[in-house]
Amino acid sequence: MREKATTLYIGPQHPGITGNMMVKVQIEGDTIVKARTEVGYLHRAFEKLQERRNWLQSFTLLCRFCVPEPDPVEESYARAVELLEGREVPERAKYIRVLVLELARMASYMLWYGGQNGSLGLYTMGQWSVGDRNYILDLFEELTGGRIYHMYIWPGGVRRDLPEGFESKVLKTMDYLEKRLKDYDDLMFSNTIFQKRTQGVGVIPKEKAVEWGVVGPVLRGSGIHSDIRIDDPYEVYDKLDFIVPTEEGGDIWSRALVRRQEIRQSIRIIRQVIDKMPSGEYYNRIPNPHKWALPKGDAYARTEATRGEVGMYIVSDGSTHPRRTHFRGAAYAHGITLLEDLLVGENVADISAIMNSLGTCPPEIER
Amino acid sequence: MSFFDLEGTLKPLTALKQFGKKPHTIPFANLKHEAADRYRGFHYNDLDECIGCGNCSTICQNEAIDMINLEGVEGTKGDSGLRPRVDNGRCCWCALCVEVCPTGSLSLTKDYLYVSEDPDSFLWTPGKDNPNGNEHISFHSTKEVSLNVYDRVPMRELEGSERVKSFAEVVLGYNEAEARAEASRCLSCGICTEVCPDHMHIPEYINAIAAGNDADSLRIIYDNNPLPEMCGKVCTRRCEDVCAIAHRGDPIAIRWLKRYATETAVSSEITHEIVNPEIREPNGKTVGIVGAGPSGLTAAYYLALRGYDVTIYEANAKAGGATMYGIPKYRLPIESLDKQIEYIQSIGVKIKFNTKVGKDISFKEIYDKFDAVFMGVGFPKAWSLGIDGEDAKGSMKAVDYLYMINSGERVEIGDKVVVVGGGNVAIDAARVSRRFGADVTILYRRRVQDMPADWEEIEGAEDEGVKIIPQGIPVAIHKDDNGRVKSIEYLKAKMVPDDKGGRPRPVAIEGSNTILEATSVMAAIGQMGDYSFLEEEFLERIKIERGRFVVNEQQQTGDPKVFAGGDAVNRTADAISAIADGFRACKAIDKMLSVKKEKKD
Repeated sequence: MREKATTLYIGPQHPGITGNMMVKVQIEGDTIVKARTEVGYLHRAFEKLQERRNWLQSFTLLCRFCVPEPDPVEESYARAVELLEGREVPERAKYIRVLVLELARMASYMLWYGGQNGSLGLYTMGQWSVGDRNYILDLFEELTGGRIYHMYIWPGGVRRDLPEGFESKVLKTMDYLEKRLKDYDDLMFSNTIFQKRTQGVGVIPKEKAVEWGVVGPVLRGSGIHSDIRIDDPYEVYDKLDFIVPTEEGGDIWSRALVRRQEIRQSIRIIRQVIDKMPSGEYYNRIPNPHKWALPKGDAYARTEATRGEVGMYIVSDGSTHPRRTHFRGAAYAHGITLLEDLLVGENVADISAIMNSLGTCPPEIER
Repeated sequence: MSFFDLEGTLKPLTALKQFGKKPHTIPFANLKHEAADRYRGFHYNDLDECIGCGNCSTICQNEAIDMINLEGVEGTKGDSGLRPRVDNGRCCWCALCVEVCPTGSLSLTKDYLYVSEDPDSFLWTPGKDNPNGNEHISFHSTKEVSLNVYDRVPMRELEGSERVKSFAEVVLGYNEAEARAEASRCLSCGICTEVCPDHMHIPEYINAIAAGNDADSLRIIYDNNPLPEMCGKVCTRRCEDVCAIAHRGDPIAIRWLKRYATETAVSSEITHEIVNPEIREPNGKTVGIVGAGPSGLTAAYYLALRGYDVTIYEANAKAGGATMYGIPKYRLPIESLDKQIEYIQSIGVKIKFNTKVGKDISFKEIYDKFDAVFMGVGFPKAWSLGIDGEDAKGSMKAVDYLYMINSGERVEIGDKVVVVGGGNVAIDAARVSRRFGADVTILYRRRVQDMPADWEEIEGAEDEGVKIIPQGIPVAIHKDDNGRVKSIEYLKAKMVPDDKGGRPRPVAIEGSNTILEATSVMAAIGQMGDYSFLEEEFLERIKIERGRFVVNEQQQTGDPKVFAGGDAVNRTADAISAIADGFRACKAIDKMLSVKKEKKD
């Protein structure tokens, strides 16, 4: 006999939800038969606010799009502005930007380690990785002056040069983290519980992934080789040697494996960047920010974040303020359209594991 | 995979090897984290360095910074007297305020923890309320990393050797691209407007230039200055001395930007077209003005706009006063002045040239004929040196010399000219004499850095080959047998600090007499008024103290119907102060006459 569906409200305040949003699910027994996402708890009108800020002031808002990994958004904005204005960026600034972006990628993945395991009840992993992430935040603090909101990559280059002895500190931290990744493997990837809870769960088939507009590690977890760093290289990624891993399974496990390998690639990239870092200017000075007008036109720039592609589209009417900005993050496709379909047929206990594996970031949906 | 996976069960247990190790994470209560050297914590402001320009408040995108009055901080020239107060509940620690602070007084500290239940306690005045920070210890913006543009767009000028060949204008002016670039450096803080005697709308017209709207800029300028091109060329520009950017770099070239905006209107007709002044219907009131100098012309222009019938009486053949007859043409070409005066005439101001009040028409006559009278008579007479031999042929006053040269007369100066004095008149006389091929020496009793002349003028004179002998006090002019100047004798001076705290005084060194050969000597040590045109009855009512008319803050003299302005009133004795006087007098006259009119009705 068919059981009557029960409605469950997961969120907007729920430890398993990566931010303030709600998933309304109908379950029969333990199985989800229908899922609807509800957003709107976090809308801060970033895009509208940018219109009443000048081109420089806008930049300080951007890190709020995604707290765990703000730098790719700053990077997209900076490059869009540079593209529109035709502003050259010094070579050293490009290397520093890559360094920051990769450090941010690592920090974001380490937070994900915590989230993914926490959603399965494996809390030790989160305490380790979040504790180790602090060493990256220490680096950020020394480099940018902020631990979480860096506001460091801005149009024309970066805000400050590397502090004295920063390179060696980065390398030291990398050595330490590389060693720790082995411990993570033992605790997480070798763990039978983790394997059993993730393998075959939340499967995104290859063809469906394209249909749903999936990007980033999620897409690569479904066996499609796609990465903006390779496909549309920006800054100095084309001068660096690294690989973009893919996995065929399309389930949480595959996505986790992709991330596991990417964090190692990030360490590899950072070491190369430190090795190749040229000397020289780190900033191509913008004019007086109060009167800094961009030429009429529009520009789009995109960056590979841990969630996938994050793109910034800016429109200028030739004045000192943006006419319109539009931000497109991966979370919109992952968190709404994909999640609703993906949850159907899954176990109710896997909701937050699936959500975590997609890298959903609600502020990115509501901007 | 079997149901029981041995490796998958045992491997996670390796985590036990961490047991007993020192934890990475620190409980909040034990947190004693020393922040990094660049940390963006709470604000700190050096209250003495801060000038209250409000740039931090403008750039703040959270509106977290208010500019407030602070006890113990007084506003002065170049300091608004306001200081930033930060709402730490709104601040996002982006530190843009630090990046745009022109003086570098603002920084962020390493303090980052503050807990309180009282929301009001989150309002901090940096520099006053900081518990620990009293110096720049963390995120700080040096001149090198600051977002402000500290280097001025250089002005193109004729070469020194080229200049002395003619009276061609030395300064070539900005072209469009240069003007836009220079204007875009401005922070629009408005510190300058307070210092400008006329309170011109400086940030507004510079903004218009930066935005590429020259016509708007000209309209804004004409709002309270009818001789802007003259000011754009020769203003004493005290605004630039206090420019916020000047604290760490070159001030905005406010004068040259005004010049650029006014030069876009190449004729008086085009000026009229752009400014498109609103002239009110004639109101039947009349105002008489003595002297067509900057103050008289200003009062006339704005009174005419307000519907008054204005007549100016000018002793000379041309209007402009000291700007026409005192300033050399390489600084202010005659066509430029003519253009501005033609425009003033075009809106209905009548100027009676070659009419000297006191000779061609009596002051009494003017007084009786008009509803109000404005006197902008200037300082036409020069002080004499008061030394022996000043009656020699070739000994003259620099003002008279400039007057004659500007009137197109020839003056015999010989080949060795000595100018005594250190003001702008001295430099003008020296540079004019250089253009007639003479070797010119300036003799000044104080040091070069004490010279009241514009530093750009001093540099210009030196570029043209003028020698400056500082710390020299003239004692006698020696004549040859024909009664011509042969040489000038002076004493060397040493500088003695002033007990009263004034600038150091020069004291002659006994026996240090030095003879300097000269064919002519020009005295440029100051000027005074000539009030002989005033009849006895007016002299009684219109008070004169220390050689200047006594006026109230509305430029009104002892006689309610008579107003005065310009050099004969204010001690600063420059064109922009005269313009300010004229503008103030215009408003006062307008107020006085319209009140009367209402009473009659």
